[in-house]
Amino acid sequence: MTDPLLKIEELRTWVGSGDRIVHAVDGLSFAIERGETFALLGESGCGKSLTALSIMRLLPDAGVIVGGRVLLDGVDLIGLPERRMRDVRGRRIAMIFQEPGASLNPVMTVGDQVREVLARHLGLTGAKADRRVLELFESVGIPDPARRLGEYPFQLSGGLKQRVMIAAALACEPELLVADEPTMALDVTIQAQVLELLRDLQRRTGMSILLITHDLGVVSEMAHRVAVMYAGEIVETAPRERFFGQPAHPYTRKLFASLPGPGARDGRLAVIRGTVPPLWTDFTGCRFADRCDRSWSRCREAEPTVHFPIPEHAVRCHLYADGAADEASTVSAGGKPAMSSDHGAAGFAKVHHPLLEIEDLRIHFPIRRGLFKRIVGHVKAVDGISLSIPAGRTVALVGESGCGKTTAGKGIVRLLPSVAGSIRFGGVDLARLGQSQLRGRRRDFQIIFQDPFASLNPRMRVCDIIEEGMTALGVGDTAVERLARVEALLEQVGLSPDMSIRYPHEFSGGQRQRIAIARALAVDPKLIVCDEPTSALDVSVQAQILNLLRDLQDRLGIAYLFITHNIAVVEYIAHEVAVMYLGRIVEHGTVDEVLRSPRHPYTKALLSAVPTIERTSAREVIRLTGDIPSPANPPPGCHFEPRCPNAMPECRAAYPAETRLSSSHWVRCLLYEQQ
Amino acid sequence: MNLPVKFVLLWTDALVFAMIASIAAFTWYTTRHEHLRAPWRKVGRSATGMVSATVLLAFVLIGLLDTFHYQRALPGDTSSGERRYAPEVLSALDALSETLRTRQERTFSAPFSAFAHSKETITQPDGTQRRDYPRLKYGGAHLNDPAKERVPDIARGALQGGAIAALLWTLICAIVTGVAAAKSQARFADVSGNLWRGELEVPLRGILVALGIILFIALPLVVLSKHYHVFGTDKVGQDVLYLTLKSIRTALVIGTVTTLVMLPFALALGIMAGYFRGWIDDIIQYLYTTLSSIPGVLLIAAAVLMMQVYMDTHPEIFDSVTRRADFRLLFLCIILGVTSWTGLCRLLRGETLKLRELEYVQAAHAFGVGPWRIMVRHVLPNVLHIVIITTVLGFSGLVLSEAVLSYVGVGVDPATNSFGTMINSARLELAREPIVWWSIASAFVFMLTLVLAANLFADAVRDALDPRMRALFDVPSLRRRRRRAGPSTPRVAT
Repeated sequence: MTDPLLKIEELRTWVGSGDRIVHAVDGLSFAIERGETFALLGESGCGKSLTALSIMRLLPDAGVIVGGRVLLDGVDLIGLPERRMRDVRGRRIAMIFQEPGASLNPVMTVGDQVREVLARHLGLTGAKADRRVLELFESVGIPDPARRLGEYPFQLSGGLKQRVMIAAALACEPELLVADEPTMALDVTIQAQVLELLRDLQRRTGMSILLITHDLGVVSEMAHRVAVMYAGEIVETAPRERFFGQPAHPYTRKLFASLPGPGARDGRLAVIRGTVPPLWTDFTGCRFADRCDRSWSRCREAEPTVHFPIPEHAVRCHLYADGAADEASTVSAGGKPAMSSDHGAAGFAKVHHPLLEIEDLRIHFPIRRGLFKRIVGHVKAVDGISLSIPAGRTVALVGESGCGKTTAGKGIVRLLPSVAGSIRFGGVDLARLGQSQLRGRRRDFQIIFQDPFASLNPRMRVCDIIEEGMTALGVGDTAVERLARVEALLEQVGLSPDMSIRYPHEFSGGQRQRIAIARALAVDPKLIVCDEPTSALDVSVQAQILNLLRDLQDRLGIAYLFITHNIAVVEYIAHEVAVMYLGRIVEHGTVDEVLRSPRHPYTKALLSAVPTIERTSAREVIRLTGDIPSPANPPPGCHFEPRCPNAMPECRAAYPAETRLSSSHWVRCLLYEQQ
Repeated sequence: MNLPVKFVLLWTDALVFAMIASIAAFTWYTTRHEHLRAPWRKVGRSATGMVSATVLLAFVLIGLLDTFHYQRALPGDTSSGERRYAPEVLSALDALSETLRTRQERTFSAPFSAFAHSKETITQPDGTQRRDYPRLKYGGAHLNDPAKERVPDIARGALQGGAIAALLWTLICAIVTGVAAAKSQARFADVSGNLWRGELEVPLRGILVALGIILFIALPLVVLSKHYHVFGTDKVGQDVLYLTLKSIRTALVIGTVTTLVMLPFALALGIMAGYFRGWIDDIIQYLYTTLSSIPGVLLIAAAVLMMQVYMDTHPEIFDSVTRRADFRLLFLCIILGVTSWTGLCRLLRGETLKLRELEYVQAAHAFGVGPWRIMVRHVLPNVLHIVIITTVLGFSGLVLSEAVLSYVGVGVDPATNSFGTMINSARLELAREPIVWWSIASAFVFMLTLVLAANLFADAVRDALDPRMRALFDVPSLRRRRRRAGPSTPRVAT
């Protein structure tokens, strides 16, 4: 404890933006011990990535370190000349970035990129370097490393790219690895592989890891100690057990409470009202005060200092000042509101007549080659799925990226030109309708997209955006009528009506997603396809949107087809779940059936790979090897067979048929067919 | 109808006025929308942008003056109620530079010279003949002994012009500072201090300095041009300064009207190709690939020559030389426009291909919004920055291509003054002994200034409008703060 590897004292980084200076990192202090994983947790925009870049001194041009020290083994990195700093980067501190695709040079082979690091820092070249690269690739678990050396980044999958990044980072055996959201762009099964790899490497080499993430699950799996960042400051630092057992800061507690999960199923998620304050404001008092349920006058007047409930646990909150120390113990951890709601199974026990019935939906994209654009094959994005969505219920479509779930969603609302199979909606087969006939039906089904920044036209005002659908589909006769409806809709989604004359760029991600929801609601749809509506949002904002979607369902009886890869969200919002793998549904059932007693090996692996906060020792994690095969060339027989831990010879013969396990639960796997 | 003049609206005049009207409408629309105004405000804050805009405005002013055309009434009997007008079409610029236009020498003369450029046989009053440089008819004609009096006279004229310029400039500076002070409600001295230290938001210092330089160059020239040919005269004795001034309008018209011709092609075809894809895209792509693979000069030469033949066989269409020249200028703009839309079209197609996959376009699809409406409401506004950048950057290229085409001989009508025709004639002038350099030099200087100003302005516009170039961070202001913050938080170095 006396000699930490990295010690940061009062670090301040400012980023200039026009006339406003953003105090992105504002007086940050922490220390990382040798061999420790230190997690920096925070929502987007709280300054955690800029902290990492400040440590590496890789700030963007406009970012300036205006004060503080970054001590690596007692040497202040901020005072070092750039030339010596280059010896530190990569050699002693290495960094891996969020987006593995963007951090590898596309025109260099991956072997050369690792070799470059070796040549720069260790002077290794030639055969020696090649041997070392091979060793590194083996140690990060890249299959067939000798072949991979000469490949280019585009030939590797996301998970493999991240492994190459890790190999390059580890090339010189750094003492500290800065990992900035290393798994954000990866699927859960791949994320589990990468996290396992990092843990394993740490065990072997004894390096320290600074893990920057927004995901409480990842923190719980990886960290020894945790620091929570909010608005440029660390508000709480604690060892892992203490942090998950007794979170102290009101912000941390709210974060826990806003996580969707099995416990929250029957109630509403706790939300943190408002958003992170802009970092160019001058703060007087606590930065969280405006969003805190427990703030009182003192919070707004005096900036809280750091208090220590126990020596290892630091909290920046007035609640833990001497006078309020007793109060702290009476606060119940978590604070999940126990609310009764009719949203659960009880409220909808009546028979659900299907609103939408999909039968054998196939969406194939032709692959064209050559001079005459001959069709040489098909990408079978969606390869025969059947699904029915009852009115007023939520069906979740779960799967990893590339499994065709988004394509299925777009196909159902007929955003794709041609689909095969049938989509029966109110007695009409949408798949047979032409564009003009379809126009009349479009009122009934709408779609909400994943990225709220791309789904609103930046050049249109909010009222024009919401009104567009009404004008196109003839909802509301006069302009006045439509405007009144726009204002009513904005109120319905929790925005104020006077926002209607503003432009999208003035809104935060959560607010934009509300606008997108209002736009979909404008035409009174019976079904909304939600394509990962919360995956671009922070946890606290995600809770607001999920609550809103559920409220709307309760009030208006809308059915949702909820497309997501986030199992926790599924647990909270869905009634039924369909698990997709490579264009087909492999398991279908009610939420309880699928999530509590998964049958298909893929579902089991998927569920076990999700990082959870409760680190139960009994949880057996099924590690899947390899990546999802290409949908252009799926494996023969069961698509999952090459990765399946329970694969049998018969699996290669043919795709398994549906096996009914109960009236609502079915699975496509030979394991159950024989029973 | 008994006016002493008759206004004449040439084809290009009408287009120029239409363009000014549409720019005014665009400005009006922009100022009412904050998100559109913001990038332009950024242009307003860029020193290079504003200085080059000042220079450009000076050129545009000259070009505009040259766009108001009229015919003078002929003196004579007006009692019949019908005035007769001179066939010659003049412009406001001609009226202002009457002396330059009318004081025509016989042939070449050097700048500020009182003598012709080459020796001639002069018959002296006593009947004898000798070969010498003859005195010019107008240039330096007021001097008795040019050898002695010329230099002091020029200096006097320059000083006089400089004094007027100084007076005018001080007045402008005072007015600008006064207005700025009144707007910010600060003291005159404070504002003035800030202005000259360059600490105002709008770079007024740069604008005023540019204006000062323009005035200090222009006014002495104006004063001197009364008695001298400041830029010399050309082969037929026309004042080169006058030719240069007249060339500005041609350059501007070529640069802007061509854009006007090209835009509809590029916008409509580019967006349609990107949006519809499939066979529509194929057709449009074939079209522009074919067009851009034919050498532009060939196509233009063929078109211009064909038109030339048509004009020669139908002389009755044009009632004056000016109209004829104007028609040829317009035709050149059109043919340049038709051959130059491919680049922008390709850019727009690519951008539209990207935009059509964006989720807001998909959302509009989900509402059953029609394709044309999507293109107008969702695609067009989001590609406008590309259009503005390309057209502003393309302007200078077009000015240059006019010069090249005129040099080749398929450019503007010989009766139209343009930089191209000046350069073309310089071909022979440079081959003379002693060399005649002033014609090409003045064309060079004016064209350089115009094109450079246009390019720098385009750069400033692109920086402000291109979202990728839009720097998130305003570095100078940060540096200033950093300096201030420096002492309070000293860095610790080991």
